[in-house]
Amino acid sequence: MWKKFLASHFLWSFKRDWVAMASAAVLVLLLLASLLAPVIAPHNPYDGTNVDIMEAETPPVWMEGGTSKFILGTDAQGRGILSAMLYGMRTSLMIGLGAVFLQAFMGILIGLFSGYSGGKLEAFLMRLADVQLSFSTLLVAIFVGAIFQMVFGVASYEQMAVPLLIVIIGFAEWPQYARTVRASVLAEKKKEYVEAARVIGLPARRIMLRHILPNTLSPVLVISTVQVANAIMSEAALSFLGFGMPVTRPSLGSLIKSGFEFIFSGSWWITVFPGILLVVLILVINLLGDFMREALNPKLYKGA
Amino acid sequence: MAALLTVNNLNVVFSMRFGDLRAVNDVSFSLESGQRLGLVGESGAGKSVTGFSIINLISRPGRIASGSITFEGRELTTLSPEEMRKLRGDRISMIFQDPMMTLNPVLTLGAQMTETLLAHENITRRQAEERAVETLKKVYIPSPDRRLGQYPHELSGGMRQRIIIAIALLTNPSLIIADEPTTALDVTIQAEILDLLYELTVNERMGLILITHDLAVVSQVTERIAVMYGGRIVETGPTMAVIDNPSHPYTRGLIGALPESAGGQRRLNQIQGAMPSLYHMPSGCAFHPRCPLAMDVCAKETPKLCETGERGTLTACFKTAACEAASL
Amino acid sequence: MFAFLIRRLVQAVLVMLIISFIGFSLKHAFGDPVRDLVGVSVSKEERDKIAEKLGLHDPVMVQYVRFLKNALTGDLGYSYFFKKPALDVILSKAPATLELVFAASLIIVFLSIPAGVYAAIRPRSFLSRLIMGSSIVGVSIPVFFTAIMMIYIFSVELHWAPSFGRGELVTLFGFWPSGLVTLDGLEHLIMPSIALSSIMLPLFIRLIQAEMMEALQSEYVKFAFAKGLKTFRIYMVHAFKNTLLPVITVGGVQLGTMIAFTILTETVFNWQGMGAMFVEAVERGDTSLLVAYLVFVGMVFIVVNTCVDLVYGLVNPMVRVAGRK
Repeated sequence: MWKKFLASHFLWSFKRDWVAMASAAVLVLLLLASLLAPVIAPHNPYDGTNVDIMEAETPPVWMEGGTSKFILGTDAQGRGILSAMLYGMRTSLMIGLGAVFLQAFMGILIGLFSGYSGGKLEAFLMRLADVQLSFSTLLVAIFVGAIFQMVFGVASYEQMAVPLLIVIIGFAEWPQYARTVRASVLAEKKKEYVEAARVIGLPARRIMLRHILPNTLSPVLVISTVQVANAIMSEAALSFLGFGMPVTRPSLGSLIKSGFEFIFSGSWWITVFPGILLVVLILVINLLGDFMREALNPKLYKGA
Repeated sequence: MAALLTVNNLNVVFSMRFGDLRAVNDVSFSLESGQRLGLVGESGAGKSVTGFSIINLISRPGRIASGSITFEGRELTTLSPEEMRKLRGDRISMIFQDPMMTLNPVLTLGAQMTETLLAHENITRRQAEERAVETLKKVYIPSPDRRLGQYPHELSGGMRQRIIIAIALLTNPSLIIADEPTTALDVTIQAEILDLLYELTVNERMGLILITHDLAVVSQVTERIAVMYGGRIVETGPTMAVIDNPSHPYTRGLIGALPESAGGQRRLNQIQGAMPSLYHMPSGCAFHPRCPLAMDVCAKETPKLCETGERGTLTACFKTAACEAASL
Repeated sequence: MFAFLIRRLVQAVLVMLIISFIGFSLKHAFGDPVRDLVGVSVSKEERDKIAEKLGLHDPVMVQYVRFLKNALTGDLGYSYFFKKPALDVILSKAPATLELVFAASLIIVFLSIPAGVYAAIRPRSFLSRLIMGSSIVGVSIPVFFTAIMMIYIFSVELHWAPSFGRGELVTLFGFWPSGLVTLDGLEHLIMPSIALSSIMLPLFIRLIQAEMMEALQSEYVKFAFAKGLKTFRIYMVHAFKNTLLPVITVGGVQLGTMIAFTILTETVFNWQGMGAMFVEAVERGDTSLLVAYLVFVGMVFIVVNTCVDLVYGLVNPMVRVAGRK
């Protein structure tokens, strides 16, 4: 398996594409940084005893008034921006990946069944997917986020924010997977090997899991990268609107939100640094997605 | 009779990152006005590339590396893009393979017909439409005046190919290049389209280059034939002479593979192996790995076209023609 | 075409019913229509009386049907905060959002078409690489961050453009407060519209480029070259017209994304449109207004999507003729 991968066209084109390699390197770095945030962050932004309000709005170290204690400055409560960013990225990534796992699970299951057996329920779910997609995933996420906040009340919403955001974004974006998987199942189903498996009497479940599913993997892989970027983007948007992570446990989006009002008084670093980190994170994932799309070249569902 | 088209030592290469691939190799042939030539070979033999290179429409990264193409006394390889554009669709028309893909789905047939005339002649739209209707009558399209407002998908494949032939005829060209014009059609319709092509080119005294993999098609329509293999012409001559008495082993193989020549045999004779790809072109005669008559020299040297016993045919083979190898 | 239209309409009505049901459930479970009307300082008996009068003790289905009937006559409930019918509030905010969307759409259409077409025709040129490269950076920047950066650079540091509100407005036709006719209003519009278009623009450039590339590789384009047509006509008539169909479809889908982004953009620029109103309604717990916005957006959506389908049918001869038979 590993040897096969080493000799593959995929790896060959990866080695020739410096943009893809650089993006992968940056992404690995960011993943490590967020995984090791508790170890490498200079301060623990969740720990109130560390925070001194007298140190609020300290500028970055290279500016006048900056101290080496807070390399990228502090926010309005005196928390170090760098530490807050590392923890924030950790939260953003956690929600992004969690949401993608959820939507992939839902989407692949529904896509697989509706492509293979196509019963009434599956047909209904695919209609739902169409309608939901036509409303745009971000809009659905914002509406559901707003509704949930109303249903649970701000206080308890904030307590459950991480799982709720995973559910909201996962629910908003599953149609992408369902459509992609369904399309490739329909394409695979026509091929002889599936017919042959059916003729020799393999059960449908086995045909789907052992024969069809592996063949839908490359389009799934390609949209997964883009979906992670989308999920992180959606989470940031929700948090920015106040339907996401609370300021006490900030994601990158809520950091940007909490710093926004301070740019008018000149404290730009509170919002700009988390913003740049968010852009870099999304950008490298998108660049990798672009590379994969070209290298694996699956027939993706067009539009939407 | 004056030559309409002369192709001399044409070489077409596709420039890839790792080097050049030679798709057409030293091809020469000529065509008199009103003459019909069949360019025959399997896919990948370079016949379509040869056809497209005449009007300089080879898709990237292909280009004419060397050779000359003279048409009505003009050298085509050195024409400016604008001069070439004026020639295309006016003096030389093309007919494409798949009528379902060749017409633009979102434009009316009228628009697709008149635009050719408007691009080449100084006439009004009204006049162009009249000409279009006249031409539709020539290709036996029923109720021609109603067609101009229709879209391609309203017509069957055979009808669409008639429209495409009509588009090719609009400007009264002196040469039509037809690239596999019947391959995508049903067998019954194939015959109709071939009859139509034959009738029109004879009546209007137009030259025709018919590119096909199907020897039966060529024998119905053309006077001369050129068989291509691995980017080269391996045998050429009057169609009937070549078909009745093929001398190149490849041509023999092709004819042996036709159902009618198999006679009472239960199996068709087929040529062993497959056409080599451009990436792995064999040395010497490109056909030697599949050739039942191959000799040592065939792997070392490439035979040029030379005379055979049959009058007027030329064949590139050391064994069956009078080709002399330098090393022998 | 007729059958196609009917199918679209049936689906539209179904979707509308689902949205209204979600809206109704929300209102039923969390809204307090009595409070919306008279506030909180009213005795329990008084409240019960009003609730009885409003039919709040009726069976749920009866209330849902009433909700639907009211919605059909334009009664989407009563906003607690604004002390006005919710629909009136929404309609008073609509011009601001529509002008923003209009300006952003102009930017998108006039930049994405030339950029996408050019990048498809000359894929190897430096400019095309620049266009495609910056478009992937563009889709990676959240719209609210673009907006914040613009405010910081052009308002806070450079003082070039105002950072919030709509500026000076003039009421047109007696009901439309417009910022399009005053210089100050236009100045206020510049940054929000650029921010709003910033994420859709690269999306459309990439889409147009991909579709145009596909069209350019088609047989009919090759045939058009073989017919000796002028290159410009081949690009614009043969290739671009085929590019339009998928772009129109996706354009319709992107309306939802556009609405989502107006919510973000309006929040950053404090642009008093429907999006900012929605966020405030959530913050204030104004359930009626939130539900009204939901139903209103759903309605707009379905109308626009149905229109897009119709336009698609007009441009695509295959749909048009298939229906005629």
